[in-house]
Amino acid sequence: MKTLNKTLTKEKPKTTIKMSGAEAVINCLLAEGVDLVYGYPGGAIMPVYDELFKYKSKLHHVLTRHEQGATHAAQGFARVTGKTGVVFATSGPGATNIVTGIADAQIDSTPMVCITGQVSSHLLGSDAFQETDIVGISTPVTKWNYQITKASEIPEILAKAFYIAKSGRPGPVLVDITKDAQFGELDFSYKKCKKIRSYKAIPKFNIEKIKEAATLINSAKKPFIVWGQGVILGKAEKEFKNFIEKTDIPSASTVLGLSALESKHRLNVGMVGMHGNYAPNVLTNECDVLIAIGMRFDDRVTGNLNMYAKQAKIIHFEIDPSEVDKNVKTDVAVLGDVKETLSEIINLVDKANHKNWLNEFTKLYEIEYKTIIKDQFNPTKNGLTMGEVINKINKETKGDAIIVSDVGQHQMFACRYADFIKTRSNVTSGGLGTMGFALPAAIGAKMGVPNREVIAIIGDGGFQMTIQELGTILQTKAAVKIVVLNNSFLGMVRQWQELFFDKRYASTVMTNPDFVKIAEGYGIEANRVSKRKDLDKAIKAMIASKSSYFLEVVIESEDNVFPMIPTGASVSDIRLS
Amino acid sequence: MEEKQNFTVSVYTENNIGLLNRLSAIFLKRHINIESMTVSHSEIDHVHRFTFLVNVAETLIKKVVLQLEKQIEVIGAFYHTDEEVIYQETAMFKISTKYMYDERIQNKLKLRRAHVVTITKQYFVIETTGFKEDIDKMYDRLKPYGLLQFVRSGRIAITRPKMDISEILLEN
Repeated sequence: MKTLNKTLTKEKPKTTIKMSGAEAVINCLLAEGVDLVYGYPGGAIMPVYDELFKYKSKLHHVLTRHEQGATHAAQGFARVTGKTGVVFATSGPGATNIVTGIADAQIDSTPMVCITGQVSSHLLGSDAFQETDIVGISTPVTKWNYQITKASEIPEILAKAFYIAKSGRPGPVLVDITKDAQFGELDFSYKKCKKIRSYKAIPKFNIEKIKEAATLINSAKKPFIVWGQGVILGKAEKEFKNFIEKTDIPSASTVLGLSALESKHRLNVGMVGMHGNYAPNVLTNECDVLIAIGMRFDDRVTGNLNMYAKQAKIIHFEIDPSEVDKNVKTDVAVLGDVKETLSEIINLVDKANHKNWLNEFTKLYEIEYKTIIKDQFNPTKNGLTMGEVINKINKETKGDAIIVSDVGQHQMFACRYADFIKTRSNVTSGGLGTMGFALPAAIGAKMGVPNREVIAIIGDGGFQMTIQELGTILQTKAAVKIVVLNNSFLGMVRQWQELFFDKRYASTVMTNPDFVKIAEGYGIEANRVSKRKDLDKAIKAMIASKSSYFLEVVIESEDNVFPMIPTGASVSDIRLS
Repeated sequence: MEEKQNFTVSVYTENNIGLLNRLSAIFLKRHINIESMTVSHSEIDHVHRFTFLVNVAETLIKKVVLQLEKQIEVIGAFYHTDEEVIYQETAMFKISTKYMYDERIQNKLKLRRAHVVTITKQYFVIETTGFKEDIDKMYDRLKPYGLLQFVRSGRIAITRPKMDISEILLEN
């Protein structure tokens, strides 16, 4: 108990400076190394914005055109840099507008700290103007949240917020600060948070489990790896590559794991899941040991769980204990930081050669190439395909671009066909499937890594969900390249209607505006392509542009994404047409 | 289908406003009805304890407990079957004083280890502690006398197996 009490007594800060709560917020961010914030001002957060004005040389604020845009921009920034994205919003509607982005960051494990203004503490619970219980609303979709009602709480709570958002399995944190706490005075001193007694960011690994896993891997004849974003979040790309190269195991990615390993690596057998590649889906049900690394067996990955890799022993490398056995029962769970556990296991696994097994992947890839990919890249019909657009972008960028995709058919085409040569190059809304994600996320990504090419691939539906963020591009001059693949449909839903609802196209037909004119209205150079002969040149011009650029590509309207695992089917029953 | 059974879920936490919301949301997400819930101090200073009673399959409660434990302010979460806990509930019955000297009521009080906590001119209040079934029986027997008020607590439980919260706190 003595030790317990000791941790409870707070150390007295050594040096303090008197300042307002609002100024303290800014100083906390600076102490955390934040130099970029996305947000939108409003009544309840005005004291903080007033301080921003004073600190504008140190802390840059990007005014998005909607609070949701601020969250996605912060997510895009976080995903490409590994840093924590920061969002400011006011109370009430400002706060409720960030909920979608928070939910997206939660399900895709993106580190984000959202600071919302709140009505003064004496008004709490009185249905005051722009009062909303954002702590209550955001609870199920945040890693942690807290309401500050006293200025003196600000440094400690924000230190905790940053620690929680970034450590372990990252996630979004919301801190709601009442207006009186922003105006209130405190003795400011900042101490970074390094631990919280009730929170174990990373479980300690158990060497016995690693040995068990190594034994299974060494005896496997047909081992197969499915990796996820955990490899990227754990900064374990190098360890992962060393591991697969030593063991010669064919490896497939989830949507969010893409780019952790270069697309053309000989052991990269593509993507698993609903619209993933043929070989890794089919052979999931033929491998003898399935090694899941930093992934969570999402239903879009596994298809019908009762028919998922039942023949295989399952090894699960995972940081979050609640993911183990959640969907797929594991034989060996290796908990811990994947960088550490992979560094350990590499010494215990034998150098192996799985040539014949790898050949099976190649054979199935050839089937997929002949029936699907070939026709996407070199179409026989008149209309342009999404696949050929992505393929042309690959050729121009040589896989060096960050591809930010929205949600729908174009997203699956982008994930299937985009070439990646560097990690953290694939930014998309995987778990939540948030249409409207890509445009603001691309802005954030470009600000995170200004020297890299950032290309947003968006459908005509999703584009119109956050189209106002063109205004953010206009104001910030973020040199984002925007490709709208326009098939005048909500394509993914239309595909389902075609396949499973007898072509009853209920509310999926889009009457679209002139996107080129809209982009031009925002001062963005814009072009439209509808013929194959013009595509090359248009993509070249877009890539060559030093500033933001908008390219609309008119796509064959009723094209489908294949392969596809229909809902309820097994991964090995993946349809080629 | 795996059979549903009672589980007593004990969650040791920091004392924080809003945590109840966060924990109950995890049950809500899985569409689990919380049969009863009690919050109190625990045996450790500054550590609170939530006791939930739920009726679900074991594979499910295992997952839920891990998701509860994942919450930042949760120190430890455990689940136990009815056999693994010593548990009680308390109930109070408010009855019109005109039945006070009714022999049948007197007998029931003796039978169920119940006792009278308050007597006024208009009403008297009976308190009893026991298993849920005991209280249910008591309820059925007293109902004919016209209950002016009835209230029962959530389950409180002491587990037979150890829950090593102090160790977890020292470790972290």
